[in-house]
Amino acid sequence: MALVFLPALARMAVCGGTHGNELSGVYVVQEMERQRKDLLDHYIDQNNFLNQAVNMFFSAVNCPITDSSPYEVWRAQELNNLLGLKGSTDATDIICDLHNTTSNMGLTLIHYTSSDWVTLHICKYLQTKITKVPVRVLVLDVPISDAYSLESVSKHGFSLEIGPQPHGVVRADIYIIMKEAVDLTIDWIHKFNSGTVFEGGDVETFKFIKSVDYPRDPETRTLTAAIHPQLQDKDFCLLKRGDPLFLSFSGETVNYKEEETLHPFFINEAAYYEKGIAFHLGKKMMLTIPTVQVQKD
Amino acid sequence: MSSRTNISCLQEAKRVAIFGGTHGNEMSGITLVNMWIQNSAEIERNGLVIKPFISNPRAVEKCTRYIDTDLNRAFTPENLSAPDVEGLPYEVQRAKEMNRMFGPKGSSDAYDAIFDLHNTTSNMGSTLILESSTDLFNLQMVHYIKKAMAPHTCSVLLNEHPQLKYSTTRSVAKHPIGLEVGPQPQGVLRSNVFESMRTILKHALDFIELFNSGVEFPPCTVDVFRVQERMDYPRDTNGNITAMVHPHLQDCDWEPLNRGDPMFLTFDGRTVLYEGANTVYPTFINEAAYYEKQQAFMTTCREILAANAIRKACK
Repeated sequence: MALVFLPALARMAVCGGTHGNELSGVYVVQEMERQRKDLLDHYIDQNNFLNQAVNMFFSAVNCPITDSSPYEVWRAQELNNLLGLKGSTDATDIICDLHNTTSNMGLTLIHYTSSDWVTLHICKYLQTKITKVPVRVLVLDVPISDAYSLESVSKHGFSLEIGPQPHGVVRADIYIIMKEAVDLTIDWIHKFNSGTVFEGGDVETFKFIKSVDYPRDPETRTLTAAIHPQLQDKDFCLLKRGDPLFLSFSGETVNYKEEETLHPFFINEAAYYEKGIAFHLGKKMMLTIPTVQVQKD
Repeated sequence: MSSRTNISCLQEAKRVAIFGGTHGNEMSGITLVNMWIQNSAEIERNGLVIKPFISNPRAVEKCTRYIDTDLNRAFTPENLSAPDVEGLPYEVQRAKEMNRMFGPKGSSDAYDAIFDLHNTTSNMGSTLILESSTDLFNLQMVHYIKKAMAPHTCSVLLNEHPQLKYSTTRSVAKHPIGLEVGPQPQGVLRSNVFESMRTILKHALDFIELFNSGVEFPPCTVDVFRVQERMDYPRDTNGNITAMVHPHLQDCDWEPLNRGDPMFLTFDGRTVLYEGANTVYPTFINEAAYYEKQQAFMTTCREILAANAIRKACK
């Protein structure tokens, strides 16, 4: 297996509240900020390499969620100044953006690229360590949601998406998993920066193919069907031709008509109704990642 | 001969309204009412005037709970008698308008029955909400619905608490009934939740049609959960929550909560126990809309209400 040397990750940002009503991230970041002083004191005592290099930045943002609000434009610029500048050597090394979904997606790690060995190794690490919920990796070649572009400000980035949780609610079981995932991510970074060799191998991922909208009235554009009970909560299942997709209000079932077997996800996400998305479809894709080790100066 | 004196003769229920979108992000009711406004065949019943109605259209448009203030708390005597001036909160204006259309509240001109359709993020299943323990019509209706829905469970929540009772949209009617079905996230339409609500309404309208046709309903009892107390989250001095509903309590609506049972889990992992003396039955556990109302859950106690036989009053 090829060995790839990569630069250490000196600066990490953990961002919560990119969507102000996705509460797990807000409270995880708040709790980490509270514990931050203890964490850094510990590493100062240990004279750890990490203390010399790591500057952890926590960003808890409670903001309203209007898509067209100028506040978000201003905020994006502010975050770019804080965490970027995008493309520069001063940019944050890694951003972990915390999200919740109303979909039953367990823990899903979302990337914009399929060739970031750092974040894919983190995914592989989380998959081996977290057993309470399924841990899946999603690769989006095209940006679907503006919120995820926060991670494009840094050299490496991914979103940590956990569901199901209603927006505006913090569930303890979901919070615990998100906290564990963030702690393990930081754990991996510490180990990597300290010289641990991480063996490469295959990572199973889902690659975004396309979105499917709800059946709608052609004139009013209002929904005429809901996600079928047999598809509801079945994120990442196998969808075959003839499987039910929607149940109309008049009792008819709309079935999946395509030949290609694909995997639905983001099934019935609240925020996607206005974007015309009932669910996304993805294809399983195996990615091979090399063994990695930190580059020593 | 003596059995006839225990039958309550009640006025016919001729005018019925079905409200959806009292909260603009509770999708089952919004979808049902819009559907019935387009095509009312499913809700038509002999001798009944049934009006499906979107209570808060601006909130529905924005898929938000409310614009200025919670419509389902706005039907207070002060609001309903407020003069028509500029600058009134949208929902207060709306409450006054709806009171004119479906009330006036407390008068003989008010609509006979109003069903107000709600969803909750709490795991409450199908719940019927009553505001009075002595409204025989409602008690009999609820009994009928529960029997018709079986084996699917329909819980009955009774809020007659002097401080915790609130001025609901449906309180304009002589017989107000709240339908609360969950769990469902705000802004989401789940097929199973939608169909449950639709079925509850079907049975409710069947009951009213039967009642109006002269059917006598024998005496019955109804198991209810009576609202006791509102329990808030632990908070810091700035009012921010410092704990979440404990995993052992989360989703356990209607199940007994005993002294010493876990209630909250702080963000740093400490458990807070329930310390009440008596067993209570919590509900509205972790409802999204109640964080701002200082409520993590409500406690209730179980009670059995008795209702006389009822029959439509002869003219």
